[in-house]
Amino acid sequence: MSEQLSLFEKIGGEAAVDAAVDIFYRKVLSDDRISAFFEGVDMDKQAAKQKSFLTMAFGGPHNYTGLDMRLGHAHLVERGLNDSHVDAVIEDLGATLRELNVGEDLIAQVAAIAESTRNDVLGR
Amino acid sequence: MVNIRYAKDSFELNENQSVLDCLTGHGVPVPFSCRSGVCQTCLMRATGGTPPEISQHGLKDSLKLQNYFLACVCHPSADLEVALPDDDDIQAVIPATVKSLKLLNAEIMHVVLECHLPIDYRAGQFINLFQNQSLGRSYSLASVPHEDEYLHLHVRRLPQGRVSGWIHEELRPGDTVEIRGPGGDCFYIPGNTEQGLVLIGTGSGLAPLYGIIRDALSQGHTGPIHLFHGSRDLSGLYLTGELHDLVQQYANFNYVPCLSGDDVPHGFAAGRADDVAFQQISNLKNWRMFLCGHPEMVKIAKKKAFMAGASMKDIYVDAFNVSQSS
Repeated sequence: MSEQLSLFEKIGGEAAVDAAVDIFYRKVLSDDRISAFFEGVDMDKQAAKQKSFLTMAFGGPHNYTGLDMRLGHAHLVERGLNDSHVDAVIEDLGATLRELNVGEDLIAQVAAIAESTRNDVLGR
Repeated sequence: MVNIRYAKDSFELNENQSVLDCLTGHGVPVPFSCRSGVCQTCLMRATGGTPPEISQHGLKDSLKLQNYFLACVCHPSADLEVALPDDDDIQAVIPATVKSLKLLNAEIMHVVLECHLPIDYRAGQFINLFQNQSLGRSYSLASVPHEDEYLHLHVRRLPQGRVSGWIHEELRPGDTVEIRGPGGDCFYIPGNTEQGLVLIGTGSGLAPLYGIIRDALSQGHTGPIHLFHGSRDLSGLYLTGELHDLVQQYANFNYVPCLSGDDVPHGFAAGRADDVAFQQISNLKNWRMFLCGHPEMVKIAKKKAFMAGASMKDIYVDAFNVSQSS
């Protein structure tokens, strides 16, 4: 019964995360609005973080807490991370899913999950 | 009953308990996040015993082959000895005899070592070579198991380099040294034999690449293999004869020596090795990349390769970081 499938299953589960992570990371790195925040970071570690972020945003299993989000982004907030940057990430996330032919209704649900972390990410 | 050994401790694994829960329950600081085998934060390595296949799901092949696993989804049915990826002391010291020392160019020494115990390695991995108990350096392996009888290293002499200076000036054939290893995940993984390979190296970064190329060719890799080896001037290149011989021998192997200095004779590409490579092969989607040598080159080339379409899981790197204590 398709009604009983979770968001994570509807998007395609772990395989969808794997397909999305390179595309999403590439978009983020080439997005002039936010790429500066990724200068000099270890790309493998960052890709692993993107993977766990996407897993969460796709409604998959995760262990993120609001506190993790706050601690993980505090150094970026100090460097000026603000709402416009969160907007950019959510936009890139949507564009990634569109590239993978995910339907707009599911993209909206993913965006809503990402949106729910905004205040924690920005330390508010 | 299954036991999990970590460092000097042994912990009993409860029924239905994961290795992660067992270790964190006993205060071992294993990092974790998703607890469901997806995010790979709790990556560990089995140094004794074999991790269950399911606990290696989704890992890079080079990690699987070295018995890495995800602790949160690891439910072994037999004892396992485990270590965190950062734990340094997981390998025993092996004595080795210096068989020969030969200069490859003015500053790079070809060091051949005969291990007193068998060492299971892959071409392109590195070993640590110790001058004494507290002073050791990492050197990449240019030799290929089953092809070469001994271990081959290319040691570049660094200004004020303590270990490289000792190797160049004091070490003699017949001496016995201590090594530990192998380590590193920059090596050729059999399979996908039609995939194109791009290898970019500077200076003695050729060492792992020379091993990886010969390993891939001997394992029947059929896809195109492009090597870009760079130096400032002609005197910094080496093994050019051997590499040209390989080109003659294998139709799918291409060797591009690159010079970034002003004097670029016929037969050499002008520019830095990474720039030349990305000019010649602009779309790297589905290519496998190997980047070795100068840390800055490796960092820049890794990002460029990824942005040019190479998948993160297909990019293998070995950055030659110079020790701060030289």
